[in-house]
Amino acid sequence: MYTYNEFDDAFVRNRVAEFRDQVERRIDGSLTEDEFKPLRLKNGVYLQLHAYMLRVAIPYGTINSRQMRQLALIAERFDKGYGHFTTRQNIQFNWPRLKDIPDILDLLADVGMHAIQTSGNCIRNVTADHFAGAAADEIEDPRPTAELLRQWSTDHPEFQYLPRKFKIAITGAPNDRAVTKAHDIGLRMLRNEAGEPGYEVIVGGGLGRTPMVGKVVRDFLPKADLLPYLEAILQVYNLSGRRDNKYKARIKILVHETGLDEIREKIEAAFVRQKRDFAGVPADLVAQIDEAFAPPLFDNTRSLAYEQALGADPLLRSFAETNVAEHKNPAYGIVSVSLKPVGGTPGDATADQMRVLADLAERYGHDELRISHEQNVILPHVRKADIPAVHAALREAGLATANIGLVSDIIACPGMDYCALATARSIPVAQAISNRFDELKLERDIGPLKIKISGCINACGHHHVGHIGILGLDKAGRENYQITLGGDGTETTTIGERTGPGFDAEDLVPAIEAIVLAYLEQRVDASETFLEAYRRLGAEPFKQAIYDKEKDEARAA
Amino acid sequence: MAREYKPRIVTANDLFEGDAVYFTASHGWSRDHGDAVVAFSQDAADKLLSAANMQQDQVVGPYLAETVMGDDNRPQPLHFREAFRTRGPSNYFHGKQAGA
Repeated sequence: MYTYNEFDDAFVRNRVAEFRDQVERRIDGSLTEDEFKPLRLKNGVYLQLHAYMLRVAIPYGTINSRQMRQLALIAERFDKGYGHFTTRQNIQFNWPRLKDIPDILDLLADVGMHAIQTSGNCIRNVTADHFAGAAADEIEDPRPTAELLRQWSTDHPEFQYLPRKFKIAITGAPNDRAVTKAHDIGLRMLRNEAGEPGYEVIVGGGLGRTPMVGKVVRDFLPKADLLPYLEAILQVYNLSGRRDNKYKARIKILVHETGLDEIREKIEAAFVRQKRDFAGVPADLVAQIDEAFAPPLFDNTRSLAYEQALGADPLLRSFAETNVAEHKNPAYGIVSVSLKPVGGTPGDATADQMRVLADLAERYGHDELRISHEQNVILPHVRKADIPAVHAALREAGLATANIGLVSDIIACPGMDYCALATARSIPVAQAISNRFDELKLERDIGPLKIKISGCINACGHHHVGHIGILGLDKAGRENYQITLGGDGTETTTIGERTGPGFDAEDLVPAIEAIVLAYLEQRVDASETFLEAYRRLGAEPFKQAIYDKEKDEARAA
Repeated sequence: MAREYKPRIVTANDLFEGDAVYFTASHGWSRDHGDAVVAFSQDAADKLLSAANMQQDQVVGPYLAETVMGDDNRPQPLHFREAFRTRGPSNYFHGKQAGA
């Protein structure tokens, strides 16, 4: 993976020193909060309900064992012994004290990490397919492009004061695991008819208050044109994006209000200018980045050990069914480690668990780890023959939950247990659903089902693209939850549809259960997934399951 | 007739620890919601908030929150958000509920 060169290292350390000075001046009273707030936000420091929160970037979700161990150390020394992995492939520490944050940032700099541009109206951490470099269906590893974009966007002088935040996601596989159509810019790597590499460029996607599916603005962009083309998009947005209304300031609104054809014309015009002045990415830099993401030296020794262990160990077999994905090297598997134990907090890992993951990556995984936007950790390159040993070690650490893609693999934002913006809690909802479906013992029978929960309209929990989405709101001083159905975050991105009136917390889990039971009753057979059944049946049978007449009357009374 | 004024307290986050704090009668800050001084009129509330705003070297973002008087005649949180702030998160026994 990419390691900082002298320039990167000096840049990050200078920023820490600068921020240390700013924190000291805030504490001694030289800076007011109005002066300090934009400075802390530039360094990933939020003030939440109960404490400060530090959001650390994990660029395109890739880290190594040394970095993971450093996160464990920070969790232990400066937090309460755990960290929270987020839907943007970042990690958040929920309990740092203000005066300690510069020390934390120094520890991060020691392992080539930082919290820069994890907040504010700038280009945020570029996210990527968490199976990048490993997936069997991949055309090309998207991470060299993601790293190039990280370098290009970090402290880019022209794009530090955009109308609003700006998120870019990239995938190198046709099966979109990076939700590219729900980002300000989505990039899908592909090849043209001549076999040349390039990108499909999608703009104007996003969730939040006004969910929109991104639109293709360029079918094929040659690889060499990427930076001038993205600069063209950002320039058009920077000049024309709305600054009069925070809620209408994202590029999706500009694209929607201007129309795709006109936006495309403006971008192409800007692109001509940018390309003329663009000398190209220096070849040595490209080579350096490509080399950093060269595939590991795979061990192709054939072994029947894995198949034999699968036959002998039903727990391993069950784990493999859900948590092991197909690797491009047939001797390997991609192991997803679920951070969704029954009744647990989605995305949380203790310091000890982080160390176990680091050890496993080092011993069995070519020293690579990934964080997924679905709040799980991936060991992307595990020799199949080693999977039984990895599974055994995960079991011991309480990390072997075999539920990837199933009903209890729930995405949830921190909600009103932590977040100052939240309108209701998310985590207890996820816990209650997870516990209920554990009692029902139906998880395997239900099959693939993505539940996603947000604690406010900003949709960090991606509820719009959940097969079942849940949005927590404040309804006259009570926590109330709206349900959406039929959302999809893949290459066939769809925004879910609201079922109708929301549910109070105590009625929500029974409603989710009723929806799932309605699916089980009405599916053609076990091969028809929830999403397929919803698409065939429409919303009506599910609405009937949760809003029968008597209940409505009781509600109205 | 003017609507009855809902009593309010001033709350903020501590500058150093970041946790919830409450403005007291002596114009200091307490970690206990019950210690908060209560404003029973808009005028009193405005004055309290101005006084609290003078202390931004101690706290961040003072604001008025509605409150109800408990049986012990101490203010209690009205909205669930304010109740959560007096306790901490619901997924772990952390924050004020843990005495931290």
